[in-house]
Amino acid sequence: MPDKTYRAAMRTLTALLLTLAVTFAASPAALAEEGGSYPEVNINVHDQAALQRGARLFMNYCVGCHSLGYMRYSQMAKGLGLTEKQVMANLDFTGAKFQDPIVSAMPEADARKWFGKAPPDLSLEVGAKGADWVAAYLKSFYLDPSTASGWNNTVFPNVAMPFPLWQLQGEQVAVMNPAGNGQPATVKELKLAHPGSMTPAQYAEAVRDLTTFLAYVSSPDELSRSHIGAWVVLYLVLFTLFALVLKKEYWKDVH
Amino acid sequence: MADESINKGRRRFLTASTAVIGAGGLALTALPFVKTWLPSARAEAIGAPVTVSIAKIEPGQKVQVGWNKQPIDIVNRTPEQLKWLAKQDPRLRDPASKEPQQPKYCQNPWRSIKREWLVFIDICTHLGCVPDYEGAVKPEPWDPEWKGGYYCPCHHSRYDMAARVYQGVPAPLNMVVMPYHYIDDTHIEIGVDPSADEIKQIIAANEKLAASLAKGAA
Amino acid sequence: MSAFTQWFNERAPGLGVAYKKHMTEYYAPKNFNFMYYFGSLALLVLVNQIVTGIFLTMFYNPSAAGAFDSVQYIMRDVQWGWLVRYMHETGASMFFIVIYLHMFRGLMYGSYKRPRELVWLLGMFIFLALMAEAFMGYVLPWGNMSFWGAKVIITLFSAIPWIGETLVHWIMGTLSVPGDPTLNRFFALHVVALPLVLLLLVVLHLGALHEVGSNNPDGVEIKKHKGPDGHPLDGIPFHPYYTLKDLVGVGVFLIICAIVIFFAPTVGGFFLEPDNLLKANPLVTPATIKPVWYFSPFYAILRAIPDKGMGVLALLLSIASLFLVPWLDRGKVKSIRYRGTSYKVAITIFAIAFVLLGTIGADVMPTWLGYLYGNNAEAIVSSNLMIARILTIVYFAFFIFLWVYTFFGLEKTRPVPERVTTHA
Repeated sequence: MPDKTYRAAMRTLTALLLTLAVTFAASPAALAEEGGSYPEVNINVHDQAALQRGARLFMNYCVGCHSLGYMRYSQMAKGLGLTEKQVMANLDFTGAKFQDPIVSAMPEADARKWFGKAPPDLSLEVGAKGADWVAAYLKSFYLDPSTASGWNNTVFPNVAMPFPLWQLQGEQVAVMNPAGNGQPATVKELKLAHPGSMTPAQYAEAVRDLTTFLAYVSSPDELSRSHIGAWVVLYLVLFTLFALVLKKEYWKDVH
Repeated sequence: MADESINKGRRRFLTASTAVIGAGGLALTALPFVKTWLPSARAEAIGAPVTVSIAKIEPGQKVQVGWNKQPIDIVNRTPEQLKWLAKQDPRLRDPASKEPQQPKYCQNPWRSIKREWLVFIDICTHLGCVPDYEGAVKPEPWDPEWKGGYYCPCHHSRYDMAARVYQGVPAPLNMVVMPYHYIDDTHIEIGVDPSADEIKQIIAANEKLAASLAKGAA
Repeated sequence: MSAFTQWFNERAPGLGVAYKKHMTEYYAPKNFNFMYYFGSLALLVLVNQIVTGIFLTMFYNPSAAGAFDSVQYIMRDVQWGWLVRYMHETGASMFFIVIYLHMFRGLMYGSYKRPRELVWLLGMFIFLALMAEAFMGYVLPWGNMSFWGAKVIITLFSAIPWIGETLVHWIMGTLSVPGDPTLNRFFALHVVALPLVLLLLVVLHLGALHEVGSNNPDGVEIKKHKGPDGHPLDGIPFHPYYTLKDLVGVGVFLIICAIVIFFAPTVGGFFLEPDNLLKANPLVTPATIKPVWYFSPFYAILRAIPDKGMGVLALLLSIASLFLVPWLDRGKVKSIRYRGTSYKVAITIFAIAFVLLGTIGADVMPTWLGYLYGNNAEAIVSSNLMIARILTIVYFAFFIFLWVYTFFGLEKTRPVPERVTTHA
């Protein structure tokens, strides 16, 4: 009888610890960086077409200022399923060699002069900030005459970067909550004042593609990892089964 | 504890099969670790092809470029230097370039794609020093009969104007000609073979040229 | 005996004897349960850390300027480098999961009690060495979290009276913030010195254990009842019985590890923190500085105390208390199975408090409180601190309870059986 109660107690304890461990691991706090969470962008790095579209956007609009210094064109070609010729003709506009890292052609000194600080390397941006943050950031620029660049951002207030995708998204303006009670005015919502070449839905897709590409750049191993992992787990299950049968066979001795 | 009902055969089979599966898994696990030692993407970038313009290299002049962290010499050979090339054969270890020190398409009397242009890795086959270019056809302290070539300061190995090694020096082999090809008349790309078609054309053209030169000499 | 074995034994008779002593003729109780897998698993993880660590060392660059880049070099340029690093990083976290469960097993079944006090002490020293090893390893990638983690932890030493400041400078090797000297010495300690210490301690830990023999879930000394052959009646040779049983455990454990390594190597930012993907920057502090999850319970205790000196003291005490357990617990009954109900309740609360302290140290608790309080940041912060303090008290109360409960004979134990009980 005491043994039964003990085992019941143990089971409860184990269950409790496991539940705690799981909640602990699954807690959204882990992902909510920079205070607050952002709408989920639902990227899939295995979507090669999205990766290619994202890469094209990056090479057209971003690489002028931002490097992907840890990524080589040759590695990117492999990840995107492109040949050397395709990459060199369509994605390498900096004159870099195929094996070279994706480095912006903009001299750092100029960048400091123009923006006050060098634009950051974006190789690890998604890993550091999260895909949701990046996507939200790219959708949250608005016209603000009070800043040096004329642009501001609700996700990253007073960011030095001007909005490079304005031709695509169009120009947003902020609808403000009035200042009062000693509190400064805050942004209530963003409104599209002048539409760009894309509809909001198309722009959201473009941002998703770009984010997908940056997520891939952040951890390129992700492309092959899960495929290998499936085989590894399958093997380990087989091994464990054999080990289990073997153990049972020997433990017949133990009475 | 040992029981009469023990099925020894079953135990042996299960032990062996589990051991085999386990050992296989260990071997497969070791593989990625072994592979980490292979040249990395960075090493491959260092070994990436290099394009060189040869438009401004005057006859008799040599230009050195880096490829794969090795000195590559590009020499625009003068007619005089070329004239003496064939006459060095009796003094050389491997005049016909039989040792695989060059790609197939450079296995000809001048060890190059185009007769005037010598392109090779300037590393002595003795102990890896970088031999000096001594292009002038004139008596030198190490050889009164010098017809231009490479002289290694480390252990006095000598090579002719096709980077072929002389007899009686420590170096055993001709210097290496690495893969290269002509992008156009004034640009070569080092580290990449010509296409299969080009290779056929190069071999045919050089054989024809060698035959006509031999006829002219005779 | 094969000719080879004979040849070998004639030349190195000690090896055969040692093999017998620790494997084929080491009699372990036959009633080990699930909680007894974690010792061998810890050994497996140790081997994994050493092998993957050696390979990482081949590509890592221990300089403030090059460390971060070299980690990305491993992740991207070195063939399969990502796998080696993920194995090392996952191994580090798994090490602590396994060790925490191993320690909890010791508490549950009284494995620290006479005659195994030394085994427990050596184990605690392993735990200390492991914490130092993990901390220094965490600094090596030189991300922003590495940098600030190093700075904060080293600055803890400044709480020591008189010599604090000097000590901080001595550890850092710089006058201001961690830099090359810090990174270089941490690298040397992480890859050479501490692994040697760990290996030595593990050998001593196992040696001490095999002298006195393993405890078991019944807390019964199997050596009391020996058969005519001189072997314990309730014991079975470690090899092949427990080697094979542990092999099954290894299989299951590796499946879990593989799932982490291949499908979720960052574990939502717990095993690898997002802020560590930013280069070390002495001018920008991460939004929240928190240690990796395995230090978070102790970190929560540190932060629960409003005074720096007292906080550090509480942190030290929280670890020191574990060292003292063999002497705090005066009870004669080892296993939780036959101990008083109050003990069962107490150790359960203790375990829950430890995990909850972890959620506070890792800043998970505030998110949970957010569901309760909404956007009321003030309420979240204050109740988070309140809970942290209550849990800290609960943590220490367990040790005091243990002593009072057993020293004054308050425990009503159940009769311990003479022989082990098995459910198989």
